[in-house]
Amino acid sequence: MPDTQPAVQLDHISRHYHMGETRVRAVDDVSFSVTPGEYLALLGSSGSGKSTLLNLMAGLDRPTAGSIVANGADLAALSPLDLARYRRNTVGMIFQSFNLLPRMTLEENVELPLRLAEVERAERPGRVREALEHVRLSHRIGHRPSELSGGEQQRVAIARALVNRPKILLADEPTGNLDSATGETILSLLRGLQTQLGMTIVMVTHERPLAERFANRLATMGDGKLLSVVETTRGAAQ
Amino acid sequence: MRYQDLTDLALRNLREAILRNALTTLGVAVGVASLVAMLSLGVGLQQLASKRLSQSGLFDTILVTTKNTFRGMGRPQREAESTKPPRPLDEDARHELENLPNVIEVYPQVRFYTEVRFNDKPYATVVAGMPDSSRNSGGFDGMQGSFFSSATADEAILQIEFAKELSSNPNSLVGQFITLRYAERQAIPASGGDTSANAADAGGGFSVVPKELRLKIVGVVETEPAAGYGGIGNARLLMPLDTASTLRAAQVNDLRDIVRGSSSTKVTYPSLSVRAKSPSQVETLEATIKDLGFNAFSLLDASKSLRTFFSVFDLLLGIFGSLALAVATLGIVNTLVMAILERRREIGVLKALGAADSDVQRLFFVEAGVMGFFGGIFGVAFGWLLGRAITFGTNVYLKRQNLNPIDLSSVPWWLVILALVFAVAVSLIAGLYPASRAAKLNPVDALRYE
Repeated sequence: MPDTQPAVQLDHISRHYHMGETRVRAVDDVSFSVTPGEYLALLGSSGSGKSTLLNLMAGLDRPTAGSIVANGADLAALSPLDLARYRRNTVGMIFQSFNLLPRMTLEENVELPLRLAEVERAERPGRVREALEHVRLSHRIGHRPSELSGGEQQRVAIARALVNRPKILLADEPTGNLDSATGETILSLLRGLQTQLGMTIVMVTHERPLAERFANRLATMGDGKLLSVVETTRGAAQ
Repeated sequence: MRYQDLTDLALRNLREAILRNALTTLGVAVGVASLVAMLSLGVGLQQLASKRLSQSGLFDTILVTTKNTFRGMGRPQREAESTKPPRPLDEDARHELENLPNVIEVYPQVRFYTEVRFNDKPYATVVAGMPDSSRNSGGFDGMQGSFFSSATADEAILQIEFAKELSSNPNSLVGQFITLRYAERQAIPASGGDTSANAADAGGGFSVVPKELRLKIVGVVETEPAAGYGGIGNARLLMPLDTASTLRAAQVNDLRDIVRGSSSTKVTYPSLSVRAKSPSQVETLEATIKDLGFNAFSLLDASKSLRTFFSVFDLLLGIFGSLALAVATLGIVNTLVMAILERRREIGVLKALGAADSDVQRLFFVEAGVMGFFGGIFGVAFGWLLGRAITFGTNVYLKRQNLNPIDLSSVPWWLVILALVFAVAVSLIAGLYPASRAAKLNPVDALRYE
């Protein structure tokens, strides 16, 4: 890997919730780093804290303790506005349930991050088309999400995550709502982005076999703790 | 996020729940409409009242007399107010007054005591010249017959009591003729045939020659308009001012001017009435005239208290109108809070894509503002219609009572702007709580929400 600085550096990260009287340690003292350009899969059963960890890396949530350094900045110390800028420009995010806005066309959905980032209006159509071409959906630019299959919707979500040209793509169970064949297409697409655009990808999944085929490294979590980080055969091959 | 994008998104969101947002907007419109209707009635009534008052000549007229005049009628002479010497009220003074700013017209008071012959019987009365502008004053509304056909017609309008003296059936007098006997001034020594008032510049006195003039009675009026104010008693026979002036009837001040041996061999007026453009300019105009060296008098205080009354009246109407708008405000709050519940997920997505709290807050704010703006526009239109409807209904009623129609409501441009600004401002205030609630929404929770 050419870049020596980690893409994301987690240092003794904890995230605790209060549920009534009990304290839930969703993430408990986790430290590891994500190398630039790698494809990391976060594995674990439900409730293991993998999604919470992803939300922390996405800047959607703040850790109770510890520090997350991404793009040279400690997310825990950023102001809410700077954290919003980080979400807008440094990371892109996709979800299990796609989270496209149903009444907007594909074009408008993909344009949304450009509006938030105050990209010039004249520049936007080109950027939207480029992002949709990455996911091979530019021919359906005027359609609404409901007119698309699940796999196509997830591809639109990927285009939306890419449109601001982030360095890091965070995926939360991207294949969870898809059949296995479609799921594989999505993961191949992500791997293509990793190799073509040099993006760093962190993907939460509970499907170990798929993760082993597509990711470079597997980080496994259980009860909020990091159990293991191992390289896959794909990772070892690189 | 830029305002153009914010507005785009806000309009799009409003369209997505078109029925609910339209109903909310309608609520604002009804609130604004009631406010506009109430205030337009207030403004309309005020305009109606001040129009009537300015027509009556009571509140926009300044009576100008010379200093040291007999016509103080017990009022103290206000010598201290000006250091300038007393000036005669002659033609020069009249032109000077006419050229003052905000002056519509200056006309002399022509009033003289004289004898009238009708059916060969003499009647004593006061004759007054009426300026042509008094045609439009409220004082001649509802008169029998008509106003003078022209400013120089040999015509007369009788006051009803006087008409009753002349005939048991006053209305039958219209169209008949009456003979005016009066004393004409003639300057000494004068070249006999001079007819111009300004030409009397020859000598140190005048002779008085009895003359007669036949006048056609064109109307009978209840009371003399602006009776008693600025006059030497109620005139019971009114004639066109220009006709009255050309008579050069001897007036009260003529003898005095002779006795004084004042410089003027020119015609002087006992008093001049100066009409201001509006009652609000009377005060400054009055002061200006006093500075010129004349006595000036007006009925300002009455119009001031009238304005106070209407301010309070407007305030009360405004409060009632605002109540409806307050209800509409709650409607906006309700709609937006509902929208937050419905759009939790969308707010979460926006935040995940990098929307700052302030972006989300402004989005809801703009949505509230847009509803307020459209509510304001429709409200002003509805309010105007409501005012027209009330005016129409009132005029139907007035017509049945055989009264003249009036313009009851008025929507001036400042009321339109005020209503729009008010509607938007109230909507933004209504949007404060929902917007901040939406901004504070935790994105992780919002995205988990199904």
